[in-house]
Amino acid sequence: MCHQTVGLIAGELERRGIATTSVTMLRDITAKVRTPRALAVPFALGYPLGKPGDVELQTRILRAAFALLEAPGPGPVLADFTGASIPSAP
Amino acid sequence: MASLSDLSLKNRLFMATYRYRALDPVPFARPRKTLEKARVALVTTGGVYLPSQEPFDDARKGGDSSFREIPAATDVQTLGIAHKSDAFDQTGFQADRNLGFPLGRLREMATRGEIGALNGRALSFMGSITAPGRLLKDTAPAAASLLEADGVDVALLVPL
Repeated sequence: MCHQTVGLIAGELERRGIATTSVTMLRDITAKVRTPRALAVPFALGYPLGKPGDVELQTRILRAAFALLEAPGPGPVLADFTGASIPSAP
Repeated sequence: MASLSDLSLKNRLFMATYRYRALDPVPFARPRKTLEKARVALVTTGGVYLPSQEPFDDARKGGDSSFREIPAATDVQTLGIAHKSDAFDQTGFQADRNLGFPLGRLREMATRGEIGALNGRALSFMGSITAPGRLLKDTAPAAASLLEADGVDVALLVPL
């Protein structure tokens, strides 16, 4: 349900002129909710930024999520994070 | 990628029949500034709260749609985690709150100049909201008004 909540809050922010980006572990649900911008990551629920304590991986995911702000739109923009070098199971 | 098959049968059944709310049309704001000049706010649905704050009410039917304001300078490991969802493994988030509430990472990005500024308050919701009426009508608009008043250009939202 977290993924629906993120999409609905993002929608409210976008309506106020605040551009949003987000991360999703459940691509199908984010696609259904039509979250304006989301980066799909190959990690289990509970691990949106990949791995605890892995500053480098967490930073790479954040940079990729922010890069979606450059997508021309229209939304929704749903892209896959391809820079993971660790197995999908944490 | 996590898939629905990773979830318990109970959660899968729920999600298979649940009617998700969809944004239609999809509001899509162009960033007003480049990221290096933008004021960025963090919003999580990880249910984190300060020890001085009321925890979320995980017994509320349909979900607790309230939110907490967390100062951007907070040491994330001091935060409590209230989360109703039993759909995911909380071990990683307990070990490193940055996993779902990356204030530390965003402070580093602000220091390096990758983002213009980190907004003074971050917002924390508890995402297990199955009946989002109050979220849509009251708390999401209230949260958006706060960030609007702060002059936020970009918001990063992280689900748990």
